[in-house]
Amino acid sequence: MKPDISTEVGAIKIERPTMLASGILGISLDVFDRLYKDGAGAVVTKSLSKEPWEGYPNPTVVGVKTGYLNAVGLSNPGAPYFAKMISLNKTVPIIVSLVGSIPEDFVFMIKQFENVKILGYELNLSCPHVEKVGLEVGDDPELVHKIVKSVKSHSQVPVIAKVGLGSSDYLETVRIACESGVDAITAINTVRAMAIDVETTRPILSHKIGGLSGSAIKPIAVRCVYEISSKFDIPVIGCGGVSSWEDAIEFILAGASAVQIGSALVDKWVGVFSEINSGISKYMEKKNFSKIKEIVGIAKKF
Amino acid sequence: MQRNSDVPTIVKIEKIIDETPTVRTLVFSDEVLSNVLPGQFAMVWIPGINELPMSVMISQEKGKAAFTVRKHGIASTELYSLKAGEQIGVRGPYGNSFTIKQGKILLVGGGTGLVPLMRLLTFLKKTDDVTLLIGSKTKNEVFFEKMANQILEYNKHQVIVATEDGSYGKSGLVTQVVENLLSETKFDAVYTCGPEKMMHKVVQLASSKNIHVQASIERMMKCGMGICGSCCFGEVLACRDGTVFDGKYLLTNKEFGLTHRNKAGMLEDY
Repeated sequence: MKPDISTEVGAIKIERPTMLASGILGISLDVFDRLYKDGAGAVVTKSLSKEPWEGYPNPTVVGVKTGYLNAVGLSNPGAPYFAKMISLNKTVPIIVSLVGSIPEDFVFMIKQFENVKILGYELNLSCPHVEKVGLEVGDDPELVHKIVKSVKSHSQVPVIAKVGLGSSDYLETVRIACESGVDAITAINTVRAMAIDVETTRPILSHKIGGLSGSAIKPIAVRCVYEISSKFDIPVIGCGGVSSWEDAIEFILAGASAVQIGSALVDKWVGVFSEINSGISKYMEKKNFSKIKEIVGIAKKF
Repeated sequence: MQRNSDVPTIVKIEKIIDETPTVRTLVFSDEVLSNVLPGQFAMVWIPGINELPMSVMISQEKGKAAFTVRKHGIASTELYSLKAGEQIGVRGPYGNSFTIKQGKILLVGGGTGLVPLMRLLTFLKKTDDVTLLIGSKTKNEVFFEKMANQILEYNKHQVIVATEDGSYGKSGLVTQVVENLLSETKFDAVYTCGPEKMMHKVVQLASSKNIHVQASIERMMKCGMGICGSCCFGEVLACRDGTVFDGKYLLTNKEFGLTHRNKAGMLEDY
């Protein structure tokens, strides 16, 4: 029998374990529709703010030897505009990523999506290159507690916290998010990094410091998924450098119930989802696994 | 070592050519960009200012490439104002290219949209019968007419200029000239680049006569490599699926000729 690659991240059920990571491609419903048809199990939107944000001037993305560095600056059309656009959605499983500074920002945004069919929210507590949001929120335990509490009390759908490596212990952020009622954790976001052009002697990104993604951060992300799923009883979504089915399986063995894909789109474009899905399926067949949950966290027993 | 196309390569501007009072061509040495396909673009870093997507212009000299820029916004004015000896960063090339057909070819360019078409001219066969139509607002803003005639020296060809104010060449909109040309001549292919409203009309006119037509689309671009999503255009990405699209597809794209996105990703009308 063909293996079943559908998976569950807590109450979130998806047909395939590969999601589009937040910040990648996610501003148009037409593109979401295409990615879903191309094999993504779900799509996570760009992180939405209360108001539209233009982001930073270019250069906002630059290649490095083992991945990409970006400081796009969370450009997005704002939650009200976005909610209106995706209210037309009938088929695509959408997870809405939200970014803000205070609980009221998040509550305002959730109200925009009250009558929109979505799978859940992902709270961006980890963007490393925009002040007063993202990592700066994730590094403040009290704020994480207040935001998760208020989001949970207003949300009708599951709430995921996306954590990253900031200046405080990320496991502490996970602990507080879990205690405050979050339904799942996405780990990790890009890692604060920099590239300097030796000829002009200038930092390349206009924001100077950005977030590193791609294969360089994969072993770090696998470690984080492993640590989170070892210490906490909470579903985890792995994110960071997934570009092949082996990478996806590695995250699942570490404890992830699903993975998110971003930078790999540069090399493999939209075919990356079906390629990884089919690799996972063949692996399961070869190893006699019938469901994803049979693989989740196996590496922890050693 | 092979160069990483996503990392800026620093090049020095060697020569500046004034094309019109508002348009300049900046020439530099770069083997990779000197050989790009017609329609491909580069991300051009103006250190300390911004990074812009630019179609790669041809240069008459081997190993050299160029950008032709109109001073318009802050970043393009900075690029326009650079001097010989100053440095810019280039990454790419990115994007697809025009599918080159043979026979009777019509190219329709508006403003700096002529740039990819000039490169396309150099890819045409000597046996092709080529018509290049240059659209401009006024006489002072016409450029590349002489160069196009030189490139097409050994082809059966005509270069037609249309100015909106009638100060040079044919008077009126390029699209009116296209309509007349299409009713007189059976073309095998039409290629266009320029303002989207113009391209929309050209695509409609050519498609109604079942002529193979392609257009190069411009959108707000940040990464250039298909991840930031800024240049989404319907379900496709201008940087990655384009910039060149077939007319048949374009007429099914609900944004073509109507809307584009701003820096925040909100749709705005043309």
